[in-house]
This record gives sequence, C-alpha cells and structure tokens, in this order.
Amino acid sequence: MTIVALIKQVPLTSEVALDPKTGVIQRESGETKMNPYDLYALETALRISQTHGGKTIALTMGPPQAEAVVREAFAMGFDEGYLLTDRAFAGSDVLATSHALSQAIRTLGQVDLIITGKQTTDGDTGQVGAEVSEFLGIPCVAAVQQLLEISETSITATSDTGTTLMTVRVELPALIAVDKDIHQPRLPSYVRMKQTEKRQVRRITLADLPDTDRTHYGLEGSPTQVVKIFPPESNTDFALWTGVDIPGRLYEYLQKEKFLQELA
Amino acid sequence: MPDTPVTTNTGNLALRTLESHDIEHLRALVDDPKRIIVGNAIHEDYSHDELHTLVHAPEVLIEAVSTAEISAIMRYASAKGIAVTARGQGTGLVGGAVSLHGGIMLSLQKMNKFLELDVENMLLTVEPGVLLMEIAEYLAPTGLFYPPDPGEKSATIGGNISTNAGGMRAVKYGVTRDYVRSLEVVLASGEVVEVGGKVAKNSSGYSIKDLMIGSEGTLGIITKATLKLIGQPKVTVSLLIPFPDLGAAISAVPAILKVRQVPTAVEFMQREVIEAASEYLGRPFPDNSADAYLLVSCDGPTRRIVDESVDEIAQVALGHGAIDAFLADTPERQLSVWSTRGTFLEAIKASTSMIDECDVVVPRNEVASFITFSYELQAKHGLRLMSFGHAGDGNLHIYALRDDLDEATWTTRVEAVFAAMYDRAHAIGGKVSGEHGIGFAKMRYLASSEQEPTIRLMQAIKRAFDPQGILNPGKIV
Repeated sequence: MTIVALIKQVPLTSEVALDPKTGVIQRESGETKMNPYDLYALETALRISQTHGGKTIALTMGPPQAEAVVREAFAMGFDEGYLLTDRAFAGSDVLATSHALSQAIRTLGQVDLIITGKQTTDGDTGQVGAEVSEFLGIPCVAAVQQLLEISETSITATSDTGTTLMTVRVELPALIAVDKDIHQPRLPSYVRMKQTEKRQVRRITLADLPDTDRTHYGLEGSPTQVVKIFPPESNTDFALWTGVDIPGRLYEYLQKEKFLQELA
Repeated sequence: MPDTPVTTNTGNLALRTLESHDIEHLRALVDDPKRIIVGNAIHEDYSHDELHTLVHAPEVLIEAVSTAEISAIMRYASAKGIAVTARGQGTGLVGGAVSLHGGIMLSLQKMNKFLELDVENMLLTVEPGVLLMEIAEYLAPTGLFYPPDPGEKSATIGGNISTNAGGMRAVKYGVTRDYVRSLEVVLASGEVVEVGGKVAKNSSGYSIKDLMIGSEGTLGIITKATLKLIGQPKVTVSLLIPFPDLGAAISAVPAILKVRQVPTAVEFMQREVIEAASEYLGRPFPDNSADAYLLVSCDGPTRRIVDESVDEIAQVALGHGAIDAFLADTPERQLSVWSTRGTFLEAIKASTSMIDECDVVVPRNEVASFITFSYELQAKHGLRLMSFGHAGDGNLHIYALRDDLDEATWTTRVEAVFAAMYDRAHAIGGKVSGEHGIGFAKMRYLASSEQEPTIRLMQAIKRAFDPQGILNPGKIV
C-alpha cells in the first residue's frame, strides 16, 4: 500500500496580530513549524504502514524552506518526501492549492490512500483534503476519528459529523482527513534525523505536472477574493447575579438563549 | 502521620486557646466581617494540606488583606500568646500550612496584587498570594522571565518563598532563593521590616532575607516580595531520551551536564509512572518503547544556538546507551511530554488510597543507587513505591502508596521505609528535603540527620525571631 500524507509548514505561533488599518498580518518572526493537525495524518500513515506494510510519502507545497517539514516527516519515519514548489503557485487559494496538490499526486504513480489533517492553523479552511479528492475523482472521508478496518481494497472509518458518528467504508484509492487525537503523534527521532540527513527531498515544479496551464495556479487560478481581513470580535461582557433562585434563573436564561434542547 | 506524638517549639509561654473576647478583639481588627471565620464555619480544606497526612483545624481563619492588618493581628497574638499559622494555597506536602496548635490561621490568598514591575532593574514586586502561574502569565508579554518552575503552578509565591521551592529549571537557573531580592516581613511582635533590597549585591551583615526564605512561616509573615527577573529565553527545545533501564539513564546525566550550554532541566521518569499519568490524563504518552527516560530541556536566544546544545546532548546520550532521542520542538510536542510530567503527583495520588512522600536530595552520582535501594525497601517491607524527580540536581520524589493497607500496617511500613531512606540519604551526603520543606512531617528526620550543634543553632534562630513560639508552632525544629 502506498500512502501519501499532505503536510504544510505554518507560522510557529497562531497568535498573530493584524494591523488595524491595513488588515495585514503582522508576524513577529519567520519562525515556522509543521501544521500541528498534520502530525495526526503522519502518525496515522505510519501506523497503517507498520501494520499493513507499504510505502509512506510526505508531500508539501510551499516555498523552498518548506522542505523542513518533509525532513521532519523523515525523522518521524516516512520513506519518501516531495516538495511542490514553483513561483507560479504563489498566492494560490484553496482551489488552486488543491488542484496543484492533486496534479502532483498524479505524478507519484499508484497511490492507495491519501491522508490529511483536519485543517491548518494558518488558513483554517479545512477544505483542501476534500477538494483534492474531488480533483482526483476519489472518495473522501472527513473528520475521521477512528479507523476500523483496512484492507487492500477498502478502508472503514468512523467519521464525526458534529452531531452523528458515521461509519463509512470506501473503496481505495481514497482520501481521509483525520481528526485531532485519532492517535498520539510520535516525536521526531534524532537518530532517524541523522540517518536521513542526505535523503533527497524531490522537487516537483509546474513543468512536472500533467496540467501546465499557469492560469490554473497561483493568483490567476484563485477565484477567492479577499475583501477585508479583521480580527474576530471578542466579547467579555458578563453579568453577576446575586439573590435567591440562581439555578432557576440560569435555567430560564439558557432556555431563552436557546442553549437548551428537549431530549427526544 | 496523624497519630504521631506532637513535639513543639512553643518557647516559654504556653499557647492559649482562643476565647470569645479574643475573637471579638480580632473582629475589631478586620474591617470586613466576611474575612474572619470562626470554628466550625471554617472549611475543612483549611485543616490539611495537599497530602492530608496532618489534619488539624485552626480556631479562627482570617483572610488578610494588608500588612497593617497582619501587623495588628500579630501584636495581639504576641501579647496574648496565640499561635499564628500563615497559609497560601495549601498545596504543601509536609504539613507546613496546617495549624497544629489551633489558634489563628492567616490566609494570604487575598493579598494577590502585582505591585510594581521595575523594568530597568528587572524586578517584580508582588504580594504573597500571587500564584506562580499568574506570574508567568503577567510576565509573558514583557520579555522578562521568573525562572523558578515548581510543578505546582497554583501555589502562591509566598508559599514558594517559604519553602525555597525548586522545580524543573533548577539545573540551569537555581531555586527560589536565587530570585528573591527583598522581602517585607511582619515579625512575631507585629513590627514590620524590609529585608534585602533592590540591590544586586549585598554584604551588609547577616542575611535575614535568606533566613526568611525556606523558614515555612516559623520566623515571620511575608507580606511583600521583590523578585529578580531575567530576559525571557526565546527558544526552548526538549529531548525525550529513552534508555533500556533507569541505571543507564542516570549514568548518562553527569556527561549531559558537562555540555557547553547547561540544560534547564534534566528529569528522570519511568514507565510505571508515565503509564499512571497517561491513564490519569486520558492521553497516551508520545513514546512507550522504553522502561526509563530522561527529559532534558534546553533554552536560548535562537533556534540555532539551542539546536547546537540539542545536538550535543543527543550525541552524548547516545554514547551513553540511549536508545534514541526524541525531539519536542514545538509548543504542541512540548505539551505532550511536559503535561504528562506535570501531572505525576496527581496521577500517583489518584492511583491509590493515600500517599506519603520523601523529597530527599542526594549527590547527583548517587541518584541511581538510591532508587535501586528504594526498590529493595519496597520488596522488603511490602510497600508500593513510585518515584520520579530531578536527575539534574539529585532531588528525588519517592512516594509510598497505601493501597488497601490498614492504618496500623500502613503507618508501620511507611515509617520503616522512610527511616531507612533518610538514613541512607544521610549516609551518602544527602539532605532530608530538596524543595518541599520540613514542615511537621519531616521534623524527626531533620533532627536525626543534622548535627546536634546545627539543630541548636536553628532552635536559637527560631527563638531570636519568635521568643514566644507563636509562629507556626510545631514545625521544622
């Protein structure tokens, strides 16, 4: 089985300030890390390959320095790594990014399972996995909490839809987006880091992709228009109640604000 | 143990039980009647500390709010010979904040204001009820840093100073004593003194400030503290280093401490304790391949500098039998390791019916042999023990677990095991407490491990500060 994990390099801290006038994100430093949600994708891939055999491939898209997250995947135990990088990809939105990633996956030969994290801590859309699967025309299971069964031809997983737990079986090849805490991610190994120091992270550029039409990538290929960026409103209002029948008042308040629901 | 005979240091004056006119007088000293609680109205929490091994309720609880108020209370208590026990959050482990002789309990929880951040001198002045975690939160945006890092983050700074608390970063940064510049203290008489100062050096006579630190409320009531700060280290990386067994892990420590940049922390942990903590937290540990681990942290101004240390430490560890070295280099990864480490005490407590603890500190090269010795005692006396601790400074936390032993068997066994451990520690040049203090629970071990003239000096110091023996009577000496 060949498993591809999609990973991304993100800023070290997700607490970024916005310039109140320009709306531009102010990052204190250029420090980066692996998107924490991707660690669950990597761990899931490694566990499947350890129990079912096969090859693990890490794929990221980003500037040349994003190679660091692929090296980190090596230190966690991944076999191969690819960096999808080209100036033509700069400014890609979710759609253009998903298209580029799906194109890159097509260059990797037979792929049985693609695993992503739930979302990234910088973009936060949580849509790349689903869109990649759409471009590839393969099934997608999102919010995977648990893998129940894996065979050569299918995978059965529990997906948390928010209100319902759904058990799904899909034919391979397929894409799954795993939830946080599906497994405890292992830490990168110093020994593996040293062993893989010289292992090549292969570069994939626009010229290597089946679709080389520049207008499908980067700013040109991105229909998303960012009109305005602003920090979310925060509300720290509170009320202090004293006196009698506080539980009764609280119950009425919660009911009025529709926080309570009658049990069926 | 609760039924251990009480020895006291009550000086010449017998301590009095409070009478109704005392309560009336105290009420007049406290402007808000809600802050003075009497008799059965006092919550049970105030009759013990974190370990419940010593249980005794105060007669009156006063939630103090100012130095002047405490001064007035002390004047009255000294005039009338009433015991006064200061208390922070009650997170101690040796009965230090339990009012063994009743009397007045002074809770300092409401004195929790940040008074001054002196950026130029890098000093922070706080009231004693400020919590350790609040200091970290307060300083986070300032670029300044208070290094002592005891495991119990909800403890008050007053409590930390009173026990000279240590913590995980002691290897590189030292302990609480190293970061206290000055103290405001209300003496037993009610007089208020300021000891130490904003100065970086001080050779001006005996250091009363340093006597106050670690005195567990027996010499005075700390009402204000000025703490020394340093620049915040920008980058921290931890290494979780698996070893085939604890002996191999501990043997690597001296070599790890010789690297060019001293690590901030070198902790040891064993599978059994990690498993208990994982179960308690409901979250698996990132690795379970080994029986013993060292957890080493490095900090510094840049990732490149820290990485050099990490590289050096990993190489040294691998050369000393480590199986690998796992990198915890992001906030999430550090949390996955340190949250488990931080919950060891709670997890051990939750895994049994009752615990007692031994907080010995031994020369670093004796750590492994001491742990091995404790295992022998475990088998010999039929008492389950769990341990973890600071390999980098030789401070061990060994816990006895009661499980389903009856009271008499538990008491007999724990006393036999603890006596053997403290004897052994003494024989190899160790000390009774590395960071939790003596309080009530470790008094007899202090008495038997220090030289007699030293104990006499300690008693004389106590008498000099508190001739009537009203301050936290029955503790330390």
